Amino acid sequence: MSVMQKPETIERHTMAVLVDNESGVLARIIGLFSGRGYNIESLTVAEVDHNEHLSRITIVTTGSPMVIEQIKALLTKLVPVHKVVDITVAGPSVERELALIKVRSTGEKRVEALRLNEAFRGRIMDTTLESFVFELTGDPGKIDAFVELMRPLGLVDVARTGVAAIARGPEGM
Amino acid sequence: MSQTMTGAEIVLKALKDQGVEVIFGYPGGAVLPIYDEIFKQNHIKHVLVRHEQGAAHAAEGYARSTGKPGVLLVTSGPGATNAVTGLQDALMDSIPIICISGQVGTFLIGTDAFQEADTVGITRPCTKHNWLVKDANDLAKAMHQAFQVATTGRPGPVLVDIPKNVQMSPGVYVPAREAKRKSYNPQTRGDLSDIRKAVELIEKAERPIFYTGGGVINSGPNATRLLREFARATGFPVTSTLMGLGAYPASDKQWLGMLGMHGSYEANLAMHGCDVMINIGARFDDRITGRLDAFSPGSKKIHVDIDPSSINKAVRADVGIIGDCAVVLEDMLRIWKSGGSKIQKGAVKDWWKQIAGWRAIDCFRYAPSETTIKPQYALQRLQAAIEKKDFYITTEVGQHQMWAAQFLKFEEPNRWMTSGGLGTMGYGVPAAIGVQMAHPKSLVIDVAGEASFLMTMQEMSTAVQYRLPVKIFILNNERLGMVRQWQQLLHGERYSSSYSEALPDFVKLAEAFGCKGIRAEKPEELDGAIAEMLAYDGPVIFDCMVEKHENCFPMIPSGKGHHEMLLGEAETEGAIDAAGAMLV
Repeated sequence: MSVMQKPETIERHTMAVLVDNESGVLARIIGLFSGRGYNIESLTVAEVDHNEHLSRITIVTTGSPMVIEQIKALLTKLVPVHKVVDITVAGPSVERELALIKVRSTGEKRVEALRLNEAFRGRIMDTTLESFVFELTGDPGKIDAFVELMRPLGLVDVARTGVAAIARGPEGM
Repeated sequence: MSQTMTGAEIVLKALKDQGVEVIFGYPGGAVLPIYDEIFKQNHIKHVLVRHEQGAAHAAEGYARSTGKPGVLLVTSGPGATNAVTGLQDALMDSIPIICISGQVGTFLIGTDAFQEADTVGITRPCTKHNWLVKDANDLAKAMHQAFQVATTGRPGPVLVDIPKNVQMSPGVYVPAREAKRKSYNPQTRGDLSDIRKAVELIEKAERPIFYTGGGVINSGPNATRLLREFARATGFPVTSTLMGLGAYPASDKQWLGMLGMHGSYEANLAMHGCDVMINIGARFDDRITGRLDAFSPGSKKIHVDIDPSSINKAVRADVGIIGDCAVVLEDMLRIWKSGGSKIQKGAVKDWWKQIAGWRAIDCFRYAPSETTIKPQYALQRLQAAIEKKDFYITTEVGQHQMWAAQFLKFEEPNRWMTSGGLGTMGYGVPAAIGVQMAHPKSLVIDVAGEASFLMTMQEMSTAVQYRLPVKIFILNNERLGMVRQWQQLLHGERYSSSYSEALPDFVKLAEAFGCKGIRAEKPEELDGAIAEMLAYDGPVIFDCMVEKHENCFPMIPSGKGHHEMLLGEAETEGAIDAAGAMLV
């Protein structure tokens, strides 16, 4: 339609946000996305400095370049936010995710699940005679691949943390 | 030495230390301890409104007309939810107001207690920041931070929610200087290399225009002074948004009038045809830009804004400068002067010739009438009667608001209070009360429509109680005029619910409130009636019966560009297509 904006390319960005760990801070960030219809692919948060009560939030989002720029500006504007870094554009970075994966099977399928877990360098966190809980860390693509492989082998549950990301090299954010 | 006092005492002390003189509010169970402290002191005057929305708009009117923050005090539950419209209004128009709300006791939160609402949850998206203070020892800090956040950076509303038991518990008071937070540091100084790039564009501009907004007014008197100095030194034309009226004097020959949907023909065509647009403190609102892909297609755009998220939000800036308008203008003017104060003299002269051609269209002309009062005529007569006076204008929302923007002339900033972003009908009466509280000797007029007036008219009772001589100038067309205009132009003249069949007699209503009521029905009565209104030392409701079917022109239909402006009725046939109707 002539009156609408032309569709732009959609990019995936990972942002690191350092915030005061106070009540409502996560609601502010989530509200900022939901109120404008922006996407959150994953979001992780935990306090990283107990003396200063600072939490680090890692958000993976998708949007047009203009939307990504908006998201960064809007996050920066929030009162409890100390710093926002777009990890995707800031330079080389490491992105990791942890997953706990429950598989229930016996016989050949159980053996195959165990073998694949070794190939993916997963750890076994719990086992019964008919089930495993595997722990896997890696980039989200590796975890996606492992989950797909487990599906025919008796996949029961997946718990994923979402991405934690940090820049390579000696500099802090 | 830090002092220990009750939460309610901390609130009052913080307000006093912040220089607050007036608060607007309404008591209730969850704020009684604070009201008790108000009773015991004489520094801060409390104005009892008749509805909490009124308290918020009054605080806005106070803030807009003084440049100082406005404060309101409301109780929990419905008190807070009633204030929400005013908070969102202040958020969209960048008005610093501080809302203090009572909350049920901390031990009752989450139990569906009487008059409980999740106030911080409800107001999170309609405030710049909010606080739920669960410990009286954190209260002074939250109060001071509330003022800091509301008044710095892009100003806006904040809310401090205080449970009743916290108001009654002892806590330590800390002064403002000990309450700063590390995480909040809005940028005020623009990047100098960007400002140099902007100056280069200005030096080479052949068809330049200053497009200014509410940011200039929020930035304070220095920004206004610098804008005037810069505009006069360059000789460039100036237009402004609805929010920015008064920053540049309306009587100046470089003033093109307001731009946008109902702005002047010359301002909109100059925006469309310019080669360098200098946006100072405006945000490319959809009522300004019209259709985005047709907006000023050939121009380089300089955008100065204190809010980083305003830049590149709607329109991509060629030079985006994050900073306070006054600080950036000062740097810009200095750099431009040190480079020899260059402009493209010949080209700018030709540009003015082109603008003169657009001006000659006389876009605000209307068909006069000898039998009925045209709303435009009423405002022209009002303007003639007040132009030598020290006046402040508030408005409601709709046709009358646009006509007021077109026909009233503002020479100074902070004189024009209108709900621009949110478009809140009912804004004008309480806003006028807030303005009059701040300027007791000045003339304060709410230019209203009869429908908007009915939304918050209970505040006339407040005006009477505090002897605030506000004048409510109602352009009464017995219609929801702007709705009716859109229905005529967009919805096949099907006037669905845009007609009030049971309007009160506004003269009798005025008398019932203890105000003066005046009615004018014929053009020849108008001057005398306006003089009577202005001479009366008390609140007046002026019922100006105007032409019922007058449309507001010029108009950029939604979905169209600036160059597709309609000048009058003759051009409206089929002007708005279905895609445009969707964009309303």
